[in-house]
Amino acid sequence: MKRLLSGNEAVARGAWTAGAVVGSGYPGTPSTEIMEIFARYPGVYAEWAPNEKVALDVAIGAAYAGRRAFATMKHVGLNVAADSLFYAAMTGIEAGLVIVSADDPSMHSSQNEQDNRQYAKFVRIPCIDPADSQEAHDFAIAAFDLSERFDTPVLLRLTTRVCHTSTPVEVSEQRFVSSDPIKYPRNVAKYVMVPANARRRHGVIEHRIQEISQYAETSPLNRMEIRSSQLGIITGGIAYQYAREVFPEASILKLGLVYPLPAALIRNFASMVERLIVLEELDPFIEHQVRLLGVELYRGKQTLDTPKGIFPIVGELNAQIVRKAAIEAGLIEGEMLQTSPSFPMELPQRPPVLCPGCPHRGAFFVLSKLKVPVNGDIGCYTLGLTEPLNAIHTCGCMGASIGVAHGAAVAGDQERHVAVIGDSTFFHTGIPALINVVYNRSNVITIIMDNRVTGMTGHQDNPGTGKTLQGRDTTEIDIENVVRALGFTYVKTLNGYDVEGIEKTLKEWMKISDPAVLITREECALLPEARAKYVPLEVVEEKCNGCTMCFRVGCPAISKSEKLDPRYQRPLAVIDPSLCTGCEICAQVCPRDAILFRNQVLDKQEIDQ
Amino acid sequence: MHMENHRFVLVGVGGQGTLLASHLLAEIGLSLGLDVKKAEIHGMSQRGGSVVSNVVWGKPVFSPVVGEGEADTLIAFEKLETLRYLPLLKPSGAIFVNDHEIEPITVSAGKQIYPNNADIEATLHKFTTKVFWIPANQIAEDLGSARVANTVMIGVVLKGLGVELDYGVRTLEKTIQSRYLELNLRALKAGYDWLAISNHKG
Repeated sequence: MKRLLSGNEAVARGAWTAGAVVGSGYPGTPSTEIMEIFARYPGVYAEWAPNEKVALDVAIGAAYAGRRAFATMKHVGLNVAADSLFYAAMTGIEAGLVIVSADDPSMHSSQNEQDNRQYAKFVRIPCIDPADSQEAHDFAIAAFDLSERFDTPVLLRLTTRVCHTSTPVEVSEQRFVSSDPIKYPRNVAKYVMVPANARRRHGVIEHRIQEISQYAETSPLNRMEIRSSQLGIITGGIAYQYAREVFPEASILKLGLVYPLPAALIRNFASMVERLIVLEELDPFIEHQVRLLGVELYRGKQTLDTPKGIFPIVGELNAQIVRKAAIEAGLIEGEMLQTSPSFPMELPQRPPVLCPGCPHRGAFFVLSKLKVPVNGDIGCYTLGLTEPLNAIHTCGCMGASIGVAHGAAVAGDQERHVAVIGDSTFFHTGIPALINVVYNRSNVITIIMDNRVTGMTGHQDNPGTGKTLQGRDTTEIDIENVVRALGFTYVKTLNGYDVEGIEKTLKEWMKISDPAVLITREECALLPEARAKYVPLEVVEEKCNGCTMCFRVGCPAISKSEKLDPRYQRPLAVIDPSLCTGCEICAQVCPRDAILFRNQVLDKQEIDQ
Repeated sequence: MHMENHRFVLVGVGGQGTLLASHLLAEIGLSLGLDVKKAEIHGMSQRGGSVVSNVVWGKPVFSPVVGEGEADTLIAFEKLETLRYLPLLKPSGAIFVNDHEIEPITVSAGKQIYPNNADIEATLHKFTTKVFWIPANQIAEDLGSARVANTVMIGVVLKGLGVELDYGVRTLEKTIQSRYLELNLRALKAGYDWLAISNHKG
């Protein structure tokens, strides 16, 4: 029976069916659920590694040891793991090795829009690109087979619309069980990449990719759908769906294996149609290679040699975007989309914000007050950039904050630089950057915002939480001990809600010229243990005079009431009890004691009863 | 059941249960014997941001993404979000809007103004005459919890589409944890009955 599975659920199931016994990953939208779901299957080992490079090394080690293994990450995670990807392509493996990397066209939750199919070409490994959940499931299984058949890692490349779209899937109840594990290889010529061996292996992998392109000619991963001969479309991944939707009559060469390409199959397909186009999301990856084959593509009415023929290079596609581009190119008849009627008013924006009760808010409120340059990092705390806090000034990638702050400091920037980084990101790539600060003696002040969980991706465990992905109790790495061991003299841990303590500490450290590390530690307010402790606070209307100080903490639970202060005619503050957690940051910053603290609220409730 | 593709867009604010409602709608489509695709965007949804998901029913469904002017039905769990995603609606499409306001931080910070009901309704009517203005939070609170406002909305939508209530009931029974099931079943029926007994067509 078919069931609705997301692409991520389908990949996890496919990996299990293929007999994968080791999975290692780092959380990252849109890839996160793959490893979370795989971890629940019987007979598997699954883990969160501290970063994607470690995750891939773990999967490689397992594959060397003769066990099918895979690593999962979002697209930018593969940048972190790229070093390992390159050597794994060189050495090959003993058992199937699959790298699952999820691209995020339109950057729904990412800092860039890279097209990771390019990695496959860069490192000379096959790349498989499914178009829905059934294919995500089937191709995951095929990826392990392909890996073993050609002694190569395989890149299973997903996109957001495959990962987070649910479609009906038929799954197999049978699991592939590999033969007994082999003895760990002592094959130095293959597995030790010193220059002499590596030189030989380079020839091997160039030959291997030629063999795989021969295989691609007849691979069941690729198929021709012959309909009308007027228009032929070469496509792969999610773009296949838009091709079917917009061009129901067109013939299609549907590529599941998008690297290496089947040259003869493409030429054959081209000869069968009058007009040939390539329809793909993001880079002109297939398009450029097809043109290099000397196969002529229909370019529409374009006169300029644009990087991509007909369809946009930026952002994800949908049927409407494809239809519009096809009309412009003269491929199909149709009216251009009429522009929507305009709104009578400007719509208020609804940007994501730090949640009510977020323990990051205390430090950001202080940083906002101190007006120092703050170098940010990737996680919930990136939202410190939003109004009214405005307390993040740079943010590039995982682990960048500390190095960037150090760079600005050693460049002689006159302002005192602050770096903020989360607990999981500290473990990911923060530690080497912090070593650089203490070793090379800049005066950077680092704030490690430890909310006791990997937050933005939906609450995953990490080396600081004391639990593994599969729920085992484990060593809880103490961040303060790690920082002290690196050699920092000025180290302090404070509660994330302690506005006064954070302000006092940072002001003191601004006066000295040593590097320092402040750890703000408090569990994420959305964790079940935190939820159990909610006590919504109250505004005492007689005391509030609408001074707006509490609005400046940027809490969604505080808003302007309809009531006005009699003296200044300013709106009073009001707290939404359904949103307030009782973190007391607003109560601390109120200059008139007009917001009750938790114990005051509880006392009042007792009296009322 | 043969049908043209029916494209739903569901919108709301992180925390309102937009994703659960999409899941219900997708499962109901499957139980009707249709091909179904459900596309979501994760990541920022817990942070009080704007949330959107797409559900498409049909035979067969190719694109899971609903583009501009393609939605047959727009289901909004929050009023302001109805306006934000209005360009996705077909000219003759139907709008189901929950009469519920969640003030974004840009409004509470005094930078922007939340539109009033008259302006919102006037704008919706420029797009379509099929507007269902539903007090879903009120109905849900009367049943015991505002948290099931999303299920109330699904009840209204099923009635609006002419789908038998039983398909919704069986899907809830398969999907919802037992301790929340009874409340959700009542919410679904309350939404279904609300449209059956009232004349709320705009």
